[in-house]
Amino acid sequence: MTTQITLQQVQHVAQLANIPISDIQAQNFVGAFEETLGVIENLKEVDTSKIEPTHQVTGLENVMREDVVDEQHMFSQAEALANAKRTSSGYFVVPRILDND
Amino acid sequence: MTNTHTMTLAQYLKGVAEKQFSPTEVTQAIQAEISKVNTDLNIYLTENEQAVQETEAGSAQPLAGAAIAVKDNISTKGMRTTASSTVLDTFVPPYDATIMTKLKAAGMSIIGKTNLDAWAHGSSTETSQYGRTLNPRNPEHLPGGSSGGSAAAVAADTCIAAIGTETAGSIRQPAAWCGVVGLKPSYGRVSRSGVIAMASSTDSPGPITKTVEDAAILLNYMAGHDKYDGTTSPQSVPDYTQALGKSIKGLKVGLLYQDIAGLEVVNPHIQAAAKVLEELGAVVEPVAAMDPHYAISVYTVVQRGEVSSNLARFDGIRYGNDRSFFGDEAKRRIMLGTYTLSKGYADQYYTTAQKVRTAFMQDFQKLFSNYDVLISATSPSFAKKIGVSENAAMFGELEDMLLEPSSITGLPGINVPCFHDTTTNLFIGLNIMAPMWREDQVITVADAYEKATSWNTWRKV
Repeated sequence: MTTQITLQQVQHVAQLANIPISDIQAQNFVGAFEETLGVIENLKEVDTSKIEPTHQVTGLENVMREDVVDEQHMFSQAEALANAKRTSSGYFVVPRILDND
Repeated sequence: MTNTHTMTLAQYLKGVAEKQFSPTEVTQAIQAEISKVNTDLNIYLTENEQAVQETEAGSAQPLAGAAIAVKDNISTKGMRTTASSTVLDTFVPPYDATIMTKLKAAGMSIIGKTNLDAWAHGSSTETSQYGRTLNPRNPEHLPGGSSGGSAAAVAADTCIAAIGTETAGSIRQPAAWCGVVGLKPSYGRVSRSGVIAMASSTDSPGPITKTVEDAAILLNYMAGHDKYDGTTSPQSVPDYTQALGKSIKGLKVGLLYQDIAGLEVVNPHIQAAAKVLEELGAVVEPVAAMDPHYAISVYTVVQRGEVSSNLARFDGIRYGNDRSFFGDEAKRRIMLGTYTLSKGYADQYYTTAQKVRTAFMQDFQKLFSNYDVLISATSPSFAKKIGVSENAAMFGELEDMLLEPSSITGLPGINVPCFHDTTTNLFIGLNIMAPMWREDQVITVADAYEKATSWNTWRKV
């Protein structure tokens, strides 16, 4: 019994993940999604009623550091901006997300 | 002195110490070799123009300026780092990954940055947006992945040794397909700081080398707590070269996955390897373990989830190109992760997967109460032919099935060649796993096996 995925679901997830996809890609991803979900279906077969989830395998907990400035690990403004496509007066230029019109 | 580029790291260090040759002439010989083969094999995405200068600068340090290949998802200050994705086509990191800082301090020279599956998503290098790497042992075949470029760099003698990263098989599987050694340390043994994040709860950088001894030497300079990676373990790091040359007499070895379908090609060679370990005095027994098919599912859910979160940072604003530059494989994984983590599905998929992960940890705990190490095949097959992974959404997971149980549980493991088909010039690999933090145990067994057999092409006389 495989999970059925619709084209609309794929397009919705693409929007949530901010991934631009073409209609043809979306069509192809329906099949890829179903294939993957079909493989992971077997998780249901394992009795997990008495076990806790593991998120981290080292056994470390609540690792903290001193709240001090680490000058060894800082970028200059020029370094921070060096890889940006668009900058202005020492700032990153970001795309507009609100429509004013 | 001829063919200096074919030297192992140990031979190189010895030769430099004895002044048989200069570090610079070796690095130049390696550069000449890269010029000869790289156009065909597509191993290096970027060659380091400063490699000779770095060799000279490092020549008095412990690694003596050795030319090391570095997987291109590891940040190198001032040197382009792409993760084999055009999203980062022109990205030049303003800082070094911690492992780069450490290895540079030990005197390595970066010879170049090697190809990988884009974002390390895959087991073939075929998802690289800069084209696939070919297997130097037989160019009609793939090198495996995701650290396929690093494994190929070693196999082609275009470096003294290489650095890779493994999330689930990405060091060991390409090492198996290229007939080289690949050591995946325990999760938390080696810092992830500055490594372009894939699945943060399993990513483990490690050495890919010509011999087990070389892996032990390199791990010495990579391992240890890092204040920039809160998941690194604070416990002390042993000298891994002390684990070499030891007897394995009386060691208890569990032989895994003999009853899993689809391993007919590799299992006779794994059984032969088990015999060798017995002849060396180990006690080897076949033992049942939790079905690795469940590990595929755990890994798939966890990895896709962590990928969708980690790759959210690539917005094309602070660095790199925008999200339309992601290849199909990255898009699929980001979206699948977004889906399985979304409201209504997170419990069904993500929480269940993390519970089954616990079940695997309990299973290994039980196994390691009876056995010192566990062995299995690294990959279910020889290196596959080029083109095989295209449009196969689960290709990597099925290839890495035998490694995924140890990846999701964080265990250390190593690949050593355990068969060489002289007709195809392809290899089969033996995977040796130990409990958390016992890389030394993995090295001891692998070293003993390597020295007792003739599969390692650098050990042939």
